[in-house]
Amino acid sequence: MKSTLLVGALLTAITTSGALAQAIKLADVAELSGGGATVGTNWKNGIDLAIEEINAKGGVLGRKLEVSHADSQSNPGVARAQVQKALDAEPYVLLGPGYSGSVKVTAPLAAEAGIAQIMGGEAAELTQAGNKFLFRTSFGQQSSMPKVAKYIHDDMKAKSVAVIWVNNDFGRGGRDVVVKELERLGSKVVADLSTEAGQADFAADVGKIKAANPDAVFVYLNEEESARILKELKRQGVTAPLMGETTLIGQKVIELAGDAANGARGHVGLTTDAPVDLIKGFRDRFSKKYNYVPDHNGLKGYLAVYMVKATTEKMGKVDSKAFADTLHGLTIKATDEPGILMDVTFNETGDIDRQSFLVEVVEGKQVVKQVLPKVK
Amino acid sequence: MSNLFDLLVAGLATGAIYALVAVGFTLLWQTSQTINFAQGEFVMLPAFLMLAAMHAGAPFWLAIILGILLSMILLGLGFKMLLVDPMMRHGVLPLAIATMALAIGIKEAVKQFFSAEASPFPSIVPTGDIYILGHAVSLQSIGVLVVAIVAVFGLTTLLNRTSLGHQMQAAAQNPTVARIIGVPVERMILLTFLINAFLVALASLLITPIYLAKFSSGEVLGQAAFVAAIVGGFNQVRGAIAGGLLIGVLDNLAAAYVSTQYRAAVPMIFLIVVILFRPQGLLGRAEERTV
Repeated sequence: MKSTLLVGALLTAITTSGALAQAIKLADVAELSGGGATVGTNWKNGIDLAIEEINAKGGVLGRKLEVSHADSQSNPGVARAQVQKALDAEPYVLLGPGYSGSVKVTAPLAAEAGIAQIMGGEAAELTQAGNKFLFRTSFGQQSSMPKVAKYIHDDMKAKSVAVIWVNNDFGRGGRDVVVKELERLGSKVVADLSTEAGQADFAADVGKIKAANPDAVFVYLNEEESARILKELKRQGVTAPLMGETTLIGQKVIELAGDAANGARGHVGLTTDAPVDLIKGFRDRFSKKYNYVPDHNGLKGYLAVYMVKATTEKMGKVDSKAFADTLHGLTIKATDEPGILMDVTFNETGDIDRQSFLVEVVEGKQVVKQVLPKVK
Repeated sequence: MSNLFDLLVAGLATGAIYALVAVGFTLLWQTSQTINFAQGEFVMLPAFLMLAAMHAGAPFWLAIILGILLSMILLGLGFKMLLVDPMMRHGVLPLAIATMALAIGIKEAVKQFFSAEASPFPSIVPTGDIYILGHAVSLQSIGVLVVAIVAVFGLTTLLNRTSLGHQMQAAAQNPTVARIIGVPVERMILLTFLINAFLVALASLLITPIYLAKFSSGEVLGQAAFVAAIVGGFNQVRGAIAGGLLIGVLDNLAAAYVSTQYRAAVPMIFLIVVILFRPQGLLGRAEERTV
């Protein structure tokens, strides 16, 4: 009897220590190729950097983090299949995708599995469908677009605006909110142009903008297409001020568009040029590791992992079922968790609230013109 | 009206690129009955060869020369000797499928060795505007148009005004008779492949600063040039030129006056109409089929 108890105790000890040593498994599905390759590559690199840092400091609750990366090929159908495959492996938390269209078709799968999904999509509708497992790493369009419209109306003094957007969930969502807000404020939308994802030639679209002769142009396309249209706007001599969101003035866009990016302005929820010491530190570490300056997607991926860390440490246990409940309503302070970079609050819909920035591209660099405070 | 002028200039500039690529389709078809479905990727690859040379430290002008030379070796000589010659004996269809496989291979290799992300590419034409009839026209549009026109003019002069060109045409029209009268047919065919490689490298140099260097950028270009070649006449160089310019302008006008969303459909509808009413293309000649 004594020996049986001893063996049982030994087995328990071995099992428990094994569980303690077992890694916390995260699954990432991102746009590693296709039209969103810039988005996915930055996102993935941000994740890897955060995991490396956290593991170097002992992990989360004494356990290492492990991540598997899968390529959505920037295709919602592929993303859905990859997410299903990832969920079959029962990860602690699902990370990604970055494209709103891919998030839209994958979110029900994660919700059904009861796994929290921390993603990069910005379409307004994503968090408005009552999904209790979906969390943003940046602003949704319902938060950012009113700020953009206000800036175009109040600061740019634009009475007429041309709006050009990419015809997908991301672009359509942003377009709907900004047009509504511009009209509410009294700025007239004189051109409302949809473009296709992956479009190479913007000569005709820019021709239409020229013909409309607006006071300002709101550009809401994916990164590569943003670079192409900036070049075409310059090529055709459009001088109206350009306003956009993060995808117009990101580092990759500036690199691709060169001089044509100068003067473009945008509202950004995240930028590595923010006047925040923790963000500067992130930028330095990221650039040292990958030999380039990340765009906002690098920050998003990095923050996603630190959201996992802070929430898990708040719970004091690794419990994927309780994770989403804990993150709703949670405020993570940068003083408590420097990896979160700025104080952030998550509301009941999974949306976030934190500082944001208005930037302008000056001589090939993002310059922060205004820091906008948290809403609440 | 001002907008129409801008659209026409931009459409002609894009169309000139399509024309360069479409001419390659017709040249290869005429001399070796080869339909190269990797033609779009042939335009994409030289830009990456030039970028690789620049990353290795070469100045832009040297990178251009190296890129063009490497393109002629890989996409001209290599393409003919390693793919077309061995596959030709199995017929046109297996060869066409082999070029589709080649397109995928080139795309994936570029993605693997360079990046899936787009890269910037310098322009040989300075930015800025000049004024034509009171309209500001970008130097880049003019530059693309001029370089393409000079290249096509040089090619047609070579084909129509020189002994070498006459030999090439003879080899294309009737290789058996050409051999009898002493034309080095094999050498003429090789020359055609080299000219095609030169043209795609030139197209790459002109279009990449606008479209950006990306592994997938050949897809749209190859398709547009293929449509242009068929619309103009697959067996006529002048047809390919006219087809390229026409598709470029039509594409832009469709995007501006019909719908951006349906712009890709308009050239295809035009293609169907042309095939229905003039199967040999607008400037092509009807070919008799031996049964």
